[in-house]
Amino acid sequence: MTTIEIDHTSRWFGNVVAVNDVSMKVGPGVTGLLGPNGAGKSTLINMMAGFLAPSTGRVTLDGTQIWRNETVYKAIGIVPEREGMYDFLTGREFVVANAELHGLGDAAAHKALATVEMEYAQDRKISTYSKGMRQRVKMASALVHDPSVLLLDEPFNGMDPRQRMQLMELLRRMGAEGRTVLFSSHILEEVEQLASHIEVIVAGRHAASGDFRKIRRLMTDRPHRYLVRSSDDRALAAALIADPSTAGIEVDVTERALRIQAVDFGRFTTLLPKVAREHGIRLLTVSPSDESLESVFSYLVAA
Amino acid sequence: MYDPTVARLTYRALLGRRRAAILFVLPVLLVAIAVAVRAFAGADDGVASGVLGGFAIATMVPLIGVIAGTGAIGPEIDDGSIVYLLAKPVKRPTIIFTKLIVAVAVTMLFSALPTLIAGFILNGNGGQIAVAYTIAALVASIAYSALFLLLGTVSRHAVVFGLVYALVWEALFGSLVPGARTLSVQQWSLSVAEKVAGEGMVTSDVGLPLATLLLAGVTVVATWYAGQKLRALKLAGEE
Repeated sequence: MTTIEIDHTSRWFGNVVAVNDVSMKVGPGVTGLLGPNGAGKSTLINMMAGFLAPSTGRVTLDGTQIWRNETVYKAIGIVPEREGMYDFLTGREFVVANAELHGLGDAAAHKALATVEMEYAQDRKISTYSKGMRQRVKMASALVHDPSVLLLDEPFNGMDPRQRMQLMELLRRMGAEGRTVLFSSHILEEVEQLASHIEVIVAGRHAASGDFRKIRRLMTDRPHRYLVRSSDDRALAAALIADPSTAGIEVDVTERALRIQAVDFGRFTTLLPKVAREHGIRLLTVSPSDESLESVFSYLVAA
Repeated sequence: MYDPTVARLTYRALLGRRRAAILFVLPVLLVAIAVAVRAFAGADDGVASGVLGGFAIATMVPLIGVIAGTGAIGPEIDDGSIVYLLAKPVKRPTIIFTKLIVAVAVTMLFSALPTLIAGFILNGNGGQIAVAYTIAALVASIAYSALFLLLGTVSRHAVVFGLVYALVWEALFGSLVPGARTLSVQQWSLSVAEKVAGEGMVTSDVGLPLATLLLAGVTVVATWYAGQKLRALKLAGEE
C-alpha cells in the first residue's frame, strides 16, 4: 500500500499561482489527473515527483516528505513529459543505465524492456525512435526497479491509437497489480477509459474528485450554449422558448443567428430538429458555442 | 561519491555533441602553431614561454574548461534528461562530484597533453618550460572544471558567462587591471608553474601559498555549492 498525500499545497512562480491550496490522496489503482492545458497538472506531478518544492503545504509518500529526499525514488517511477532522454544511446543502453542507477543489473533492464515490448528495437539509437517508442522506453526506465508508484505526465500525447491502447492496457495491469498509478491528461475520454478515479484540476484549483460517472454527469448537466442559423430565426425562437429545456434565446442581429441557452441537454437536442420540422423551418447552422474544454472545466469549478 | 554510470553518460554526452569539435580544434591549433613557430623561429625559450603562456594557458585551457565544465551538466538540464539521474536513489552531490571528475579528466586530456606536446616541439622542454606549463594546465583544469560545472548547474546561459569570464576577465581585465590578476585561475596556476620552471621563465602575480589556497578553495566551494544547487534543482518549465 503506497499513498501519495498532498496536503493544503500551493505552488507559485513569482506572481503566478500554478497550484492553489490543493489537498488529495492518491492510492493504489489508476488515478487520472484531468484538466485543461496550463491548469497546473505538471506542477502538481513535479511536486509529487520531488522535482519542485511546494510553496506551502506538504507532499508526502506514506508520510515521508518527498522534496529533497532521494530515497523516495526506490518506490517511485517517473515518466516525464519532456522528450530529452540521452538520444545518443540505444534503447537498451538507456534502460540499462537507469537500472544501474538503481543498483540493479542487465536482468532488470531486460525485464522492463520486455514489459513494454521494445526488445525488437532495443539496439537502435533513441534518436531514431518514434514518439510512441520513446514513450515506451521511458516507461521501461520507470519500471526497471519495480516501483510501487508510477507517475506519468501526459503519457498519451502524440501517440497513435494502437500505441495508446497498448499503454492503457499496461497501465491497467499495473493498477490491477496494486500499484499506485497516476497519469495526467487534458482529454476526458482518455481518462474515462483508463482511470477508476479522477481528480480534476482547473486553474490551479482542485475542482472535482471521484469516479468518472460522477464527473461525467457534472459535465453533461451544465447549461449548453448553441449558435443556430435557420430559414426563419424568429419563428424558431418563438417555438423553442415554449419548451422548458430552453432557458434563453437571443436574436443576434449582426451575426443573423440565434444564441440559445439550453438547460436540459438531452431534451433540447431532440427538440430542436422536431420543432424545426413541425414549423417547416430549415436549420442552416447548429453549433455548440462553448464546447471548449476550458468552458466545461470552468463550469465544474463553479459547481 | 563516484558513480560509474553517471560518469559513462557524462563523457558520452560530452564527446558526442557538436560543440565537442572545439575540444579537438584548439589542441590541433596549438600544436600547429608550435610546429610553425619552431620551423620559422627555431628553439627559443622566450618564444616558447610566450606561445604556451599566451595561447595555451590564457586561451585554450579556459575555453576547454568552459566546454567540458558546462557541457558536463548544462545540456542535460536544458533538455530535461537530467530527470533520469535525479529520479534515482543517488545522492545529488555524488552526481556533481562524478561529473566534476569527468570534466577534469576531459579538460586535462584536451589541454594539458597538447600543452606538453607543444612545449616539446617548441624548445624540447628547455628550462622545464613544457613541464611547467603542463602542470599549470593540469592545475587550472581542476579549478576551471569546478567553476564552470557550477555555472552549468545554476545558469542556462553558462557558456556565455563562461566565455565572458575566460576571455574578458582573465585575458582582457587581467592585462589591464593588475588587481584582477589576483582573482584569476590563470595566475594561480602560473604561480604553481613558476616553481617548476627555470628562473624567470614563468611569472605570476600571485604567491604560491595564496595561489594554492585559492585553487583548492574555489574547487571545493564550487563543487559543494553545485551539489546543493542540484539538490534543489527545479525542473518545472512547462507551465
